[in-house]
Amino acid sequence: MPKDDLKTAYRLVGTRPNRPDGLDKVTGRARYGADISAPGMLHAAVVRSPHAHARIVRIDASKALALDGVKAVITRADFPTGLTGDDWNLQENTLAGDVALYDGHAVAAVAATSKLLAQDAARLVEVEYEVLPHVIDVDAAMQPDAPIIRAGTADHSVPEGMHPNVVKYIEFGHGDMDAGFAAADLVRAQSYKTEATHQGYIEPHACLGQMGEDGKGEMWVCTQGQWYIRRMCSAVLGTEASQLRVTPSEIGGGFGGKTTIFMEPLALALSRKAGGRPVKLVMSRAEVLRATGPTASASMDVKMGMKADGTITAASVNFRMQGGAFIGSSPVGEALSCALACYTVPAVFHQGYEVLANRPKAAAYRAPGSPMAAFAVESLLDEMCVELGLDALVVRLKNAAREGAKASYGPTYNRIGLVESLEAAMAHANLKVPLGPNQGRGSAAGFWFNHGGETSVSLAIGEDGTVTVSVGTPDVGGSRASLGMMTAETLGIAYESVRVNIVETGALGVNEPTHGSRATFASGLAAVEAAKQAIAQMCARAAAEWGIDAEAVEWLDGAAVPAGPNAGKFPPMSIAEIGAKMGSTGGPISGHHEVTAGGVGASFGAHVVDVEVDPETGRTTVLRYLVVQDAGRAIHPAYVEGQYQGGAVQGIGWALNEEYVYGADGRLQNTVFLDYRIPVASDLPMIDTVIVEVPNPGHPYGVRGVGETGITPPLPALANAIAAATGARLRSLPMSPPKVLAAIKAKAHG
Amino acid sequence: MSKIHVSTTVNGDAVEFLADPRDTLLDCLRDQLGLTGTKEGCGTGDCGACSVQLDGVLVCSCLVLGAEAEGKTVATVEGLSTGPDLHPLQRKFIEHAALQCGFCTPGILVAANALLAQNPDPTETEVRYWLAGNLCRCTGYDKIIRAVMDAGAEMRGVN
Amino acid sequence: MVEINLWSGLRRFAGDQVVISVKGDTVREILDALVTAHPALTPVIKAGVSVSVNGQIVTNMSAAIDPLDEVYLIQRIKGG
Repeated sequence: MPKDDLKTAYRLVGTRPNRPDGLDKVTGRARYGADISAPGMLHAAVVRSPHAHARIVRIDASKALALDGVKAVITRADFPTGLTGDDWNLQENTLAGDVALYDGHAVAAVAATSKLLAQDAARLVEVEYEVLPHVIDVDAAMQPDAPIIRAGTADHSVPEGMHPNVVKYIEFGHGDMDAGFAAADLVRAQSYKTEATHQGYIEPHACLGQMGEDGKGEMWVCTQGQWYIRRMCSAVLGTEASQLRVTPSEIGGGFGGKTTIFMEPLALALSRKAGGRPVKLVMSRAEVLRATGPTASASMDVKMGMKADGTITAASVNFRMQGGAFIGSSPVGEALSCALACYTVPAVFHQGYEVLANRPKAAAYRAPGSPMAAFAVESLLDEMCVELGLDALVVRLKNAAREGAKASYGPTYNRIGLVESLEAAMAHANLKVPLGPNQGRGSAAGFWFNHGGETSVSLAIGEDGTVTVSVGTPDVGGSRASLGMMTAETLGIAYESVRVNIVETGALGVNEPTHGSRATFASGLAAVEAAKQAIAQMCARAAAEWGIDAEAVEWLDGAAVPAGPNAGKFPPMSIAEIGAKMGSTGGPISGHHEVTAGGVGASFGAHVVDVEVDPETGRTTVLRYLVVQDAGRAIHPAYVEGQYQGGAVQGIGWALNEEYVYGADGRLQNTVFLDYRIPVASDLPMIDTVIVEVPNPGHPYGVRGVGETGITPPLPALANAIAAATGARLRSLPMSPPKVLAAIKAKAHG
Repeated sequence: MSKIHVSTTVNGDAVEFLADPRDTLLDCLRDQLGLTGTKEGCGTGDCGACSVQLDGVLVCSCLVLGAEAEGKTVATVEGLSTGPDLHPLQRKFIEHAALQCGFCTPGILVAANALLAQNPDPTETEVRYWLAGNLCRCTGYDKIIRAVMDAGAEMRGVN
Repeated sequence: MVEINLWSGLRRFAGDQVVISVKGDTVREILDALVTAHPALTPVIKAGVSVSVNGQIVTNMSAAIDPLDEVYLIQRIKGG
């Protein structure tokens, strides 16, 4: 039976129950990274480089150590040597070695008996720097005269003769480019730039770490992935992974930025040096902005060929991205793979360069790389539609990727829902609202792969027939609700009878973080399999008691029942009855599932935005905003809407306001939320959503994963709307009022 | 540096603590009194996660010194509901899925409570401007605004 | 024989071929056969690639491969 036909049969999936952690979160009881203390606890503070690029000549901590109450100071000399590859990158970013590579790069750390004392002591650590030339901009970093950030970093992919700051080169494509462009009625090429933006989670990074001289340790930390914290801290410290027990706190937002380590090994190293006393380390907002993962900045060229009827005949992209001073941190490969993924184009060619710059080590940020790519490609597509007098949504639909088509990045698509999403967007009432003066409407499509990944889930039947599910994916946006719903649906019991716990690293096999929109997909898939194992055991227990074959028992509405009239006549044996006597029928009943989850279904979306641009100030007001996206199946529609709305608003911030601003000295100038301005409530209208459901055949309930695609279309959709409102085309983000005003004036004079 | 003895009232309870002259009210609530429901998101008064009421006035507790609480009354998220029932705002936030990570939630609840106390029937625009000092990065604010307006309606007895 | 589609950045390590036919019944066997035939690909494969089989990323190196399967090597993707 096709999964869609099952829809009406679902009892819980598709409903909106209260989330299980809601009560703790509205009462202030939920415990986040900074909310835990331990007996004997010390507080840490970090000494950071004020220079974008500087040789560390000397570190003298004697004055700090002379302060009463200061228990330990660490520098890179306290860490093991000889690391390679990603491990070396992580260690180097945790604490600078010979050279500080960006403004805010950690140089030393202090532990003391109070937070204020630790901060005082950090100021007393004397660091002598020899300032080196720096480079911030991605294009500048590729120029022949650019300072070399780290010679010899480039990998095998980089062609001969490129600047040493170019560390990766990627190209791929298919089809005959010359023939494709020759077949077009209109060929256009443009260049685009996006600045780095930060994930902007409201909770700064925080951890409490304890480690003894024997390398055994514990950590409480806000993270998207406790096993990643374990592996990375152990690698950086040279300890054994299984000797570190990592418990995830509630997490105050991550968006990809909490899938890696930044300062966590410092707490452990300080603890080890301070005789094993626990050490709490909480970042300030300025530390978060200066020294944790923003996303990459990008410089992009796109060329596209289109027939007069809107058929795209060929497209090429050339992207340059910097992800800080460390190889492998930019999402240039992802950006290229997403760039043209929405369309079926006979000839495509992609080229990308990863470039080092004196900036913090970029981390993943919601659909890494895809928003920048969409900004470039969807802007050019819109511009060409305007020139040809075509409706951009119609053109997108005409060229839309469909099941069985070859993706721009190679393989053939399975069942996907871009066409359905575009059609739903085109039918929405928002598109019929008439626009006034200085108002414009813009649209864009977006894509993200979604991800499966390493997953381990365990489920146990309680003595009263209630159920505990242990998962390893921290809950960033309601996954305990969706996982509990799928488990209860499978077991045929009440949603309230299931408790989903996010557990520490000792309790399950290795899990990847909550990233790639995988928590509801992969932990959900594993929870359903674990529930099926428990069901099989419970049926066997009933069969044994009834004296019939296990195959003659089936599971129905939370109870074992005889499979048919021939199986015998027995009343249903409920999960509560089975749980109550499991000790005397063979022992505890549980299920578990370990898998590197496959069956991932890509998620496509389409956004339409109406704006009004003030011709006097250049300020853009979002009048209405529509998000349409294929969820596969919305387990808990309210939290699916929440992902759509949150993703869209992050994208709106990226499009209109947010950027890393550097001075000529290479220092980040906007290190507080007043200056790094994320959207506030009064900036926005309600965000309208349409959940399209084209079930993913690779998941028992059809889930695709909904977290990431939503941040992709806003960047180009807003650029397209501003162009429609003003006639001025902005090709560089953010489209802040001064830039929009300048573009309007240039247009008027041009 | 010697510490300052502070006597104050928090959520109706008389409390005392010793504050370093540099300690903020936020530090004192969290570290001295164990009231960790009030959050620090920025330390510069930009995010509103540390919102509390001080003598009935909505403030960012990261911008108030602990010593300033002497003789005053402080209301935090932990005091929103002390009986068996949740405050309508708390209940509506859960029902409307108005929180994802939940980190900004305590500050927004305290701020929204202050709004409804002085303006029981705010327009959507009024709610949006009142909460403009409370950053949320997860929700896009849509469901938060709906929850606040629905709680206001319930408190007015409209539904 | 199984056909492995290379992204074009890999082609210069494989004699400019777009598609390479190799023998093998599992993901591991076809990747081994690929680097045996084109040793210059070794660092790329070692650095990590994603293997797409019939449109799905396959991570289990022992997963069976049928000669009719569509096999692509693509960039390794990470998520937020």
